[in-house]
Formats: sequence, structure tokens, C-alpha cells
Amino acid sequence: MISQREVIETNKMIDEENLDVRTITIGISLLDCADADLEKTCRNIQNKIRHYASRLVETGQAISREYGIPIVNKRVSITPISLVGAACCHTSQDYVRIALALDEVAEEIGINFLGGYSAIVSKGMTTSDRLLIESIPEAMAKTNYICSSVNVGSTKTGINMDAVRLMGEIVRKTALATSERDSLGCAKLVVLCNAPDDNPFMAGAFHGVTEPDAIINVGVSGPGVVKYALQSVRGQSFEVLCETIKKTAFKITRVGQLVAQEASRRLGIPFGIIDLSLAPTPAVGDSVADILQEIGVDKAGAPGTTACLALLNDQVKKGGVMASSYVGGLSGAFIPVSEDQGMIEAAECGALSIEKLEAMTCVCSVGLDMIAIPGDTPATTISGIIADEAAIGMVNQKTTAVRIIPVIGKGVGETVEFGGLLGHAPIMKVNPFGCSDFVSRTGRIPAPIHSFKN
Amino acid sequence: MDKSIITVTGRDTVGIIAKVCTILAENNINIQDISQTIVDGIFNMMMIVDTAKSPIVYDELVQRLQNAGSEMGVRILCQKEEIFDKMHRI
Repeated sequence: MISQREVIETNKMIDEENLDVRTITIGISLLDCADADLEKTCRNIQNKIRHYASRLVETGQAISREYGIPIVNKRVSITPISLVGAACCHTSQDYVRIALALDEVAEEIGINFLGGYSAIVSKGMTTSDRLLIESIPEAMAKTNYICSSVNVGSTKTGINMDAVRLMGEIVRKTALATSERDSLGCAKLVVLCNAPDDNPFMAGAFHGVTEPDAIINVGVSGPGVVKYALQSVRGQSFEVLCETIKKTAFKITRVGQLVAQEASRRLGIPFGIIDLSLAPTPAVGDSVADILQEIGVDKAGAPGTTACLALLNDQVKKGGVMASSYVGGLSGAFIPVSEDQGMIEAAECGALSIEKLEAMTCVCSVGLDMIAIPGDTPATTISGIIADEAAIGMVNQKTTAVRIIPVIGKGVGETVEFGGLLGHAPIMKVNPFGCSDFVSRTGRIPAPIHSFKN
Repeated sequence: MDKSIITVTGRDTVGIIAKVCTILAENNINIQDISQTIVDGIFNMMMIVDTAKSPIVYDELVQRLQNAGSEMGVRILCQKEEIFDKMHRI
């Protein structure tokens, strides 16, 4: 029988330590919505999303009330639109029309975000991939709920440098197109390498072609819970530290698993995966940087930070995989800057630089995330940053990503306010030396050798 | 069997258990276990109840208990047992 102590512990995690389920995301295949007629395609897409997801929000709210656990976001991810729109989109404007149709249905069913305005161009771009990518700035400016992602490389294919060059320009154009809102469009646009097919987190969520018609993926959270648990083992050995993180990750993941199974049962949609990510929010105490400090660095970014993060990331996975048989998505610790109060403080006091963040991305689950940079950063430099991250992902067989925001009209020392879960961020310094000759080369970086491991 | 856990926390006042039990009885909810402690004047009570034979919509039960708690100046939560079971049992 459950003891009073256990009940109090769970409720304390929820009330005081920000335990929540970060997102229930329904992945929906739109492959059967494709039609040669644009308007018909839009109607098909809207009908299919309505069919699977119209009860998502109310179901999420009901589960939340019955178990007393907050479920912060309800989202939808869809087949990369460059595939769905290939037959009917002949211009970038045609793709923008689809973006507007998606935005309309997202608002209608009440979800927080819809991800999958995407193209997978790891090796090469089709005409429709290129049209979709070129439509991103306008699509991001004209919609509220749509998230976009472009996968520019993978361990198996290498890095498509033509796409990397184009994405540097697209990130800049998106910043310009949304400059009156502090370039917010770039917060909904991510460039990936080795993107997973089943990621429930935005902005990189899309429903891969390896997936069934519809699936439920759940993203857990809980940096606050890990931080509070670690407070009780200050000064103790790494063995005790790791054990504590694993136990906590287990508990957090079990809650995610329960919510995923309930949502799956009530909506009649199969359960896909749990994404074991420590996803911070700007709320005080809900920070991955705070965990790193609790492990023992003065500020995130100080020497030792990469090792702390590597340890944290690994223990979260080890505890989490015991709690759920189906783990997928990104799974690890997220290190966004603007969404994490501890990271913001570390960046503001000079402890954290983009270069250190890049090193940290080698050992955690994502990449350079929610980093505000000066608005006058050249497109080629942005492409260089993307290429660096993609190279880390390609060589280390992991997902990496870049979601940076060149804030038009602002420079180092200034701050940008995105609001809500996206938080605020100081503009961080970018290395002033260029890389345009490198980025201007055409073609792709070959896939790395993964043989000869003796 | 459809188990839920009801927890009450707050300042100890007369009639907290009576009030909760009345709501449960009115809705044909059986109490299986009650434990309570008072530490530093803070009242902590946990009840394990079975809602299987109750006609009430679960959401409404949660709301009614919550409202009763607000009237008495305490916090009353009603949660399905699985969340605790999943988290604390392998």
C-alpha cells in the first residue's frame, strides 16, 4: 500500500519542485493528404488533423485533473510538409498557403504548437524542399503556432552544405521578417543534424515517414526535481550523486509513462515513445544550469561544466530507460539559454560563451538552443555555426541542432524578451572572424568513416 | 476497485474529516484507509478510497473536495492512485 510519505513526496515534487509533463504530442501522418490541387490538400490536412487531435486538449486537461499533475503543452507534429506539398506547391507562396491552413486548424483545436513545417535535406534538396525552405521566413512571420525545422545532415549521409548555406540566409531573413517582434520567428525555426522521427519537443518536432498514421509521444520534464534531490547529497561521492539522479529520473519518467498510456487509451491512438528530457523553463528553480551548479560548478560555463553535463545526461537516460520500455526523441538534458534562468544568469555574468555552449552540446541531447546573437551577424557566420554543430552531430552519431536568434537592431550587452516559456536572453557575442570562403563551397561534406575502429 | 488518494493539508480545525466523509458518503465512495498526523499544528491526512461504485463524474468530485477545502482553509487533493503507484513501485 502507498504510504503517506510517498504521497507527500510526489505532491511536493509537483507543488514545489515544478514537476510536470512538458508535452503530449500527437504525431500525425499527412502523406495521404497530398493532392495535385493546393486547396484540396489544405482541406485534407485540416480534416486529418481535426480527426486525430480535436480531443487532445480536453483529454490532456482531464488527465491532468485526475492525477493532479500539470501537463503544460498539447501539441501536434506532422509529416514534413515538403513531402506533403510536393505535388501541389509550385511556388514558395503555395507553401505559405499551407502554413496558414495549418495555423488555422492549430488555433481551432486549441493546441500550443504544431511542428513539421519541415524539410529533410540531409543529402540533397528536391525542388519542393527548396521552395519550402524559401517560404520559411514569410510562413514564420504570418503564423503563430507553426514550428519549422530543416535537417541538413546525418551520420549516414554527411552534411548538405548547400542547405547549410541556404539556412544561414533563411535564419537571417526570418529574423528580418519578424524584426518588429524581436525576431521571434527564429525561436520557432531549428536546423538539425540526425533529427529523430519521434521528437515531441518544439521547434524540432515532426512526424517521420517511419511512423504510423498517428502516434502519441510524451515529453517529460523535471530539472527542479533533480536539483532538489541533489541538495540532499551535497559533498557526497559520484556514486551517490549518480544514484540520486537515476532514481529521480526514474520517478519523473514513470509519471510521463502513465500520462502517455492514459492519453493513448482515451484517444485511441497508439503510444510511441517517452522523451526523457530535462526541459527547463524560465521559472525559478526549473533550471538545468542550477543542477550543474548543484553538482559543483560555480556557474554554468565554468571549467568542469561539460563533465557535469555529460554525467547528468547519462544518468538521466540510465534512470529513465528503466522506467519506460519505449524511449526515444531527443532524451537528455536541454541547455537552451533564454528558457533557463540559470543559463541566462551565467551568460549575463560572462561565465557562459557560445564556444562553451558548443562544447556542452557534444555531451547533451540537443545543440545551440535559444541563443540571441547580434542582429548584424552575417548569414555566412550563421551557416558556419550551423556547420559546426552539424559536424558534432554527424561525427558523434547524435542529434544536434541550432536555434539561434539574430535579433535585428540589437547588439551585445542588450537583452531580448520573448515572453512565456521562451523567456528572455542577453545578446551573446559571436566570434567576429568570418568563414564565407568555407561556406561558399558547394556540395556536401562526406559522411564520416565508422569502420576501422580497431 | 478504482482507488484514489485524498490528501488534506493545512491548519487543524474542527470537522475536517467529517466534511470530507460526508461528501464521500453522499457519492457512495467507500473509505478503505485513513491516516493522519498533526505536526506543528499542520494537519496532514491521507485517505485511500474506492470510487468504483460512485455515480459522480471524477472531475466533479475533485472540484467538490477542493471547494470544501477552500471553505475550511485547507488544501484537499483527490488523485487517482496510479500516479503514486507508478512513481514509487517497480
